[in-house]
Amino acid sequence: MSKLTASSFNLRDRFGDWWDVATPVQKGAFRVAIIGLFYALPLINNPIIDTPETSFDSVLFYPLIMFSLMAVGLNVVVGKSGILDLGYVAFFAIGAYTHALMSIHTALNLWEIIPFAMGFAMLAGVILGLPALRLRGDYLAIITLGFGEIVRIIAINTDAIGGAMGITDIPGPTSIFGIEFTVMDPRPFYWLTLTLLLLVIWGVIRLSHRKPGRAWEAIREDEDVAEFMGVSTLKYKLWAFIIGGAVGGLAGSIYASQIRSIQPELFTLNLSIMILACVVFGGMGNIWGVILGAVLLGYIPEKLRFLSDYRIIFFGLLMVVMMNIRPNGLLPRKKREHFQEKSK
Amino acid sequence: MDFSILITNFWSLALDGIVVGAIYALVSLGYTLVYGVLRLINFAHSEIFMIGTMVVYFVVGLFGFTGYEDPLPLYKFIGMFLLFAVAAAVVSGLAAVVLEIVAYRRLRNMGASRLSSLISAIGASFFLVEVFRKISDSKNLDFPRLINKDPFFTWGTLYLSADKVLVIVGATIIFIILNAIIHHTKLGLGIRAVSQDERTSILMGVNVNRIISYTFLLGGVLAGVGSAFYMVFYETTKANVGFLVGISAFTAAVLGGIGNVKGALYGSFALGLFQQYTSAVLGYNWRDVVTFAVLVLVLLIKPTGLFGEALQKARV
Repeated sequence: MSKLTASSFNLRDRFGDWWDVATPVQKGAFRVAIIGLFYALPLINNPIIDTPETSFDSVLFYPLIMFSLMAVGLNVVVGKSGILDLGYVAFFAIGAYTHALMSIHTALNLWEIIPFAMGFAMLAGVILGLPALRLRGDYLAIITLGFGEIVRIIAINTDAIGGAMGITDIPGPTSIFGIEFTVMDPRPFYWLTLTLLLLVIWGVIRLSHRKPGRAWEAIREDEDVAEFMGVSTLKYKLWAFIIGGAVGGLAGSIYASQIRSIQPELFTLNLSIMILACVVFGGMGNIWGVILGAVLLGYIPEKLRFLSDYRIIFFGLLMVVMMNIRPNGLLPRKKREHFQEKSK
Repeated sequence: MDFSILITNFWSLALDGIVVGAIYALVSLGYTLVYGVLRLINFAHSEIFMIGTMVVYFVVGLFGFTGYEDPLPLYKFIGMFLLFAVAAAVVSGLAAVVLEIVAYRRLRNMGASRLSSLISAIGASFFLVEVFRKISDSKNLDFPRLINKDPFFTWGTLYLSADKVLVIVGATIIFIILNAIIHHTKLGLGIRAVSQDERTSILMGVNVNRIISYTFLLGGVLAGVGSAFYMVFYETTKANVGFLVGISAFTAAVLGGIGNVKGALYGSFALGLFQQYTSAVLGYNWRDVVTFAVLVLVLLIKPTGLFGEALQKARV
């Protein structure tokens, strides 16, 4: 247990100390408060949090909640298993194109397409992962980067799926539980994605506490030792890759159904890097840190719109400074202690 | 697909491949040298190259060329070229040193994870691209034609022009100098020692931080010279010019075996030739897919590259 000292700037530990002594009622209240706050965000019209120039509601959907969903997916790959993936946008693109093509060429609606979008993204994960995951570290990073770019350039060069112009007039989701999804109002999409995000977080946390989570942790800490200890590393790395890919595909299909037209230029390397930055910036391996990172990195550039073109310059600088001050992210995961406590 | 183009243009494609390969080589040496000493992919190296092209554009702009003048006579052109190549080399070299201090040094001394260094480098790369996008107003900056590019020698479909000769001869001279630096100077000895075993080099009294700074300087200078050749050959630049050149150069370094200086040279020429031939057959659009496909295949089949060193040890 880390001590609570005045010099400690580690928010994760301070909060962790409070969390350890909190009663179940306090914990439940805290959870409900945070989740409630997120659901209420589109209803708050406060000039302090409002974004200049872009509508706050659309910022909430993209980038804020979309980044969070993708960052949670990528966190399974990068944060939990230590596989550096620089081509995550490929899964997002596959999901988006699956929805775009299937909703136009078949009679299926978004809810029926989502399993296909996730399935195709998972399939891509297997196709890339089976050969690539035998490599490690920087090599794997570059292969995934190459994969992300190949998917984008193939989309540009294939006229059958719209080429560089992309696909327009994509149908939106049909109404569900009486909620209508319209082009003008991004809020239902925000609430939909938030709900799915909570489901994904729940699933990932369940997995993390079970055998796959322990295997991922072992692989991240030392792959050779994990293999000696009998962890079938390729299998679990592949599963991490596939699960991450499925979340990316899910995000892509919802994204395509909201913006109604997609072009290959939406799926550049910069987006992969951005999502990776959310994961690392927030704190690799810690799902709450990752979401904090995604919320901040999605929100800050929009808030900085008054800096107009200078905002990315400022943002790049911020990344360098942040990494130098807190190389493990804002809310780094607690190492080991966390698991020791659980196993008591 | 048209394979006959391969036969009819075989030699001219080969020449272009060598020219492009020489430019890639100058950039990929920066990746490979830094990887050698730090076991780290310098993600922002492509931006060092981009800074070089911007310096070349700026220096030539100082002389008031509009692009409509008659080409310069050869001796004037060579003087001009030396001027902007040296300017680009100096600025790129210094930029690389500053980059190392700002983005890498503190993290390295803290013993932070490689991912943190990568993110820091990515931030630096974003920063540099956006600064120059702002300066250049997101435009393509066109470089005036300073040299007569009409072929002075024709043999079949092989057209030899002054700019291509300049790149090949100039790059060869640089490679000879680099070889001398690495094999016959104290700095070269230091770089080789740190590449082989950092801890032992510290014990032997090598100032590792200084060697790393010099390695970045060397990589930056090479990229700066490469950018001067690039500008003479392609005559255009923009803020994100670094990305595709960088990825090709990196592929070349991996192809030859990253960390291996000779490998980077051979890999660059092999990739340059391969890109020219495949884009002649498949179309220019597919060039980058080909580059990535080569990268992926090399890494899958022979991750140590064609002339690889024992890099598996460093792959942890």
